[in-house]
Amino acid sequence: MSDLHFKTITELAAMLAAGEITSVAITQAVIDRTAAVDAQVKAFLSSDPKDALSQAKASDERRIAGKSLGPLDGIPIGIKDTLAVKDQPLRCASKMLENYVSPFDATCIAKLRKAGVVIWGRLNMDEFAMGSSTENSAYQTTCNPWNLETIPGGSSGGSAAAMAAGEAIATIGTDTGGSIRQPAALCGVVGMKPTYGLISRYGLVAFASSLDQVGPFARTVEDAALLMEAMLSKDPLDSTSIAPQGETNYAAALKEKMGPWKLGVPQEFFAEGIDPEVKTNIEKAIDWYKSQGCEIVDISLPHSELAVPVYYIVATAEASSNLARFDGVRYGHRSDEAKDAMTLFTKSRGEGFGDEVKRRIILGTYVLSSGYYDAYYLRAQKVRRRILGDFEKAFEQVDAILTPTSPTPAFKRGERADDPLAMYLSDVFTISVNLAGLPAISIPSGFTESGLPIGLQVIGKAFGEADMFAIANAFEQSHGYYKMMPAL
Amino acid sequence: MPYEAVIGLEIHVQIKTRTKMFSAAPYQYGAAPNTLTDAVVLGLPGTLPVLNYAAIEKCAKLGLMLGCEIAEVCKWDRKNYFYPDSPKNYQLTQNEEPLCIGGKVEIELPGPSRNVEGDHRWVTLNRIHLEEDPGKLTHEAFETVIDFNRAGAPLAEIVTEPDMSSSTEAVAFLNCLRNMIVYAGISDCDMEKGQFRCDANVSLRPVGTNKLGTRTEMKNLNSISNVKAAIEYEIDRQTEVLKKGGSITQETRRWDVESSSSFPLRSKEEAHDYRYFPDPDLMPVQMDRSRIKELEAELPEPPLDKQRRYQESFKLPFTLTSVLCVNRELCEFFEEALQTHQAPRQIANYISNDLLRELSAASDSGDCALDVGQCKLTPSHIATLVKIIDEGIISKQIGKEVFNEMFVTGEMPDAIVEKKGLKQSNDIDEIEALCREAIAGNAKAVAQYKEGNVKALNALKGPVMKATRGQANPAMLDGLLKKMIDEG
Repeated sequence: MSDLHFKTITELAAMLAAGEITSVAITQAVIDRTAAVDAQVKAFLSSDPKDALSQAKASDERRIAGKSLGPLDGIPIGIKDTLAVKDQPLRCASKMLENYVSPFDATCIAKLRKAGVVIWGRLNMDEFAMGSSTENSAYQTTCNPWNLETIPGGSSGGSAAAMAAGEAIATIGTDTGGSIRQPAALCGVVGMKPTYGLISRYGLVAFASSLDQVGPFARTVEDAALLMEAMLSKDPLDSTSIAPQGETNYAAALKEKMGPWKLGVPQEFFAEGIDPEVKTNIEKAIDWYKSQGCEIVDISLPHSELAVPVYYIVATAEASSNLARFDGVRYGHRSDEAKDAMTLFTKSRGEGFGDEVKRRIILGTYVLSSGYYDAYYLRAQKVRRRILGDFEKAFEQVDAILTPTSPTPAFKRGERADDPLAMYLSDVFTISVNLAGLPAISIPSGFTESGLPIGLQVIGKAFGEADMFAIANAFEQSHGYYKMMPAL
Repeated sequence: MPYEAVIGLEIHVQIKTRTKMFSAAPYQYGAAPNTLTDAVVLGLPGTLPVLNYAAIEKCAKLGLMLGCEIAEVCKWDRKNYFYPDSPKNYQLTQNEEPLCIGGKVEIELPGPSRNVEGDHRWVTLNRIHLEEDPGKLTHEAFETVIDFNRAGAPLAEIVTEPDMSSSTEAVAFLNCLRNMIVYAGISDCDMEKGQFRCDANVSLRPVGTNKLGTRTEMKNLNSISNVKAAIEYEIDRQTEVLKKGGSITQETRRWDVESSSSFPLRSKEEAHDYRYFPDPDLMPVQMDRSRIKELEAELPEPPLDKQRRYQESFKLPFTLTSVLCVNRELCEFFEEALQTHQAPRQIANYISNDLLRELSAASDSGDCALDVGQCKLTPSHIATLVKIIDEGIISKQIGKEVFNEMFVTGEMPDAIVEKKGLKQSNDIDEIEALCREAIAGNAKAVAQYKEGNVKALNALKGPVMKATRGQANPAMLDGLLKKMIDEG
């Protein structure tokens, strides 16, 4: 059966239920596809086809016994290298964790297993999720399947590229400042970041605890909704996880919620620095919603221009502390040069971390230092509350907010590698969403003239995932960009 | 210029809980190294802390007992520093807002002699906060080994105001504080097991002035005698420096037990910048006011209040209360005995003299007495014994014999009296006959008594008691002898 690897979860679930196909066949198709294209795409850091096939076999046995676990049972899903899977490498694309194997499953992984998912492979990323191009991986640079010269975005670049290239039926990533949505936009797939607290962070290697969230990459909004349903939980192992509120039967609700919606468009997001092709594309998408009877409301998010500096204070401060545990004492890279405790720390960390990680640890250490804390960290937290206030005010008027996901389409490898500030601006439209803890989704909204995907971001209210999915689904189903596949 | 010392103490108390402060790993003293750990304790990638409410409640209870105000919200901060005993290289603690604010501890200073009660005063507290214990480093010949069993154990840090002026006051404070904590079941406070550790801050100032001098902090004081010695050493050292016209350097010093002296560990300039910031993994916990009321109701009567009550209500002398009131079990034993027989003085006497002597003799090592709960005697044993003495069933003399017997066998005193036929003889004819024999047999004693030597009567009582195996009613015997000689 051809092109199984490009089918949606919903399509495959129907075929499985009808007995037209097996999970082993789907998994084999994904394994074969990966073998065929990953030398070019370089999305996977490692994979274990034998293990995936044995999970698929177990799924098929369940189905034959009439004990199917639902639409995700038997679907092979790739995992970003920052999420713990029992007995699999957990390297965060860093030399620091080169030989580290996790002894436990992240809560979201355990939840996916309960839904019967076939856990498939470790996906490349920027080291410790720090980056917007996946060029900061210590192991390899992932290529954008739409144009191998360009980057797939980041930090979940491996998850986005594997999705676009058909190397998995869906993938899981993490989003701290846009790390799911930006690569999803650049690779032409759906990528979604839930309300902070909706998915447990237990087993997600922390970058910035108050911003990190797990989320799905999928071919369609409906597939993403199904994955969200499987992963959400109030987890006793994560104090910041929150019991789901409101409508959580997201996939079913897609067919019920038909709009029309009141949609906000923040003028600040269409000003400077945005690529003209992206701007035109998103304006066209907004016009489409208008044509469908939606009310388009001009809104203002006046503090959004401070989102990037605030983010790089809060995120680096938390990261400097979160990454302190990688010291060569209990696990991870341990320098051969160490002579005492202090050189064990400094040498192991000096050798184990890459430049971007070091840059952010230094920045975070600085902003927390005595004498600077009030001026940087405390002030950043105050501005963060104002950014949230802007959104709350906007959501008094609108059901969701529409913005471009990324100011530009995929850029060339190496183009911004030496310019951290330019790289940081790749996330200018996504970062404020993390600072406010809101849900947002990026869906394909078309292509540039040179054939690079563009993404539309739909930002929802806190716990407003059901509406956000429905709004995104309406556009997706009428445009059908998800049916376009890169030629590899 | 005479100087006076100003002393403040910081006491770390390990709170007795089944599991650790932030994980489900069990905690107990003395387990094989690194057996009481889990992924959270070791700070494995992806793990998150989860609050142990039992530790928060016990710390709140400690605060309530010491008259602290309990914070509305329990919040956590990260204290960042690199040290191999700290698995995350940050410690979860409460820097900004401690759980317990203020408070004071009543202390009893030593009296002029052991039998005389000393002055009481109050030492004011600054705060009590919760934190996690680090692991334990052991430096061996060519390497350092780490035991993470202790890591993550809940610690309450009690910080006093600089409110003491001598090692005597500091020792009295530590003893009184320890008694209260043990009383309330919050910790066993065994210093040898590291459950009660003390750092001392010492400064000097000219007598009559108020401004605090430069202080030094003494670490590693793991016994009360070390605290005393270290404070005295430091007062002497600082006095010497100041007398020679020098100035005190603000520094941390390490007390060395071997040499009975202290050495600088690090100066103010070398002090760590801990880069405190609010922990983003733990949500602030609202302290439930009604639960706090419940905890308050569970508090035991403080030892010194109990001592006052015993002195006032039961007219017990300090020599008895000073023995009883330091031990909650003894007090409970005493008060339960009073339920059977209202003779506080005699019962207290039996407990603090006979019972404690036998408990001490019965322990294997001799230096550590058995607990009252470990012996065969119940409060009813002692009460019944005193009761049958008071009722004239046996004499005090026989009482001692019965006590020794019941301590060994656990039989009730009345049963022992019955079995051994120890009942006091009130047979006036028999005693009179024996008295007559005694008077006839010792003319010298009779003559001495007649001359006014009352003690001479004892020589006459002896043979009577011997003939009745001690069972003659002493009052009856005394009366009869006097009457017979006077009339005779």
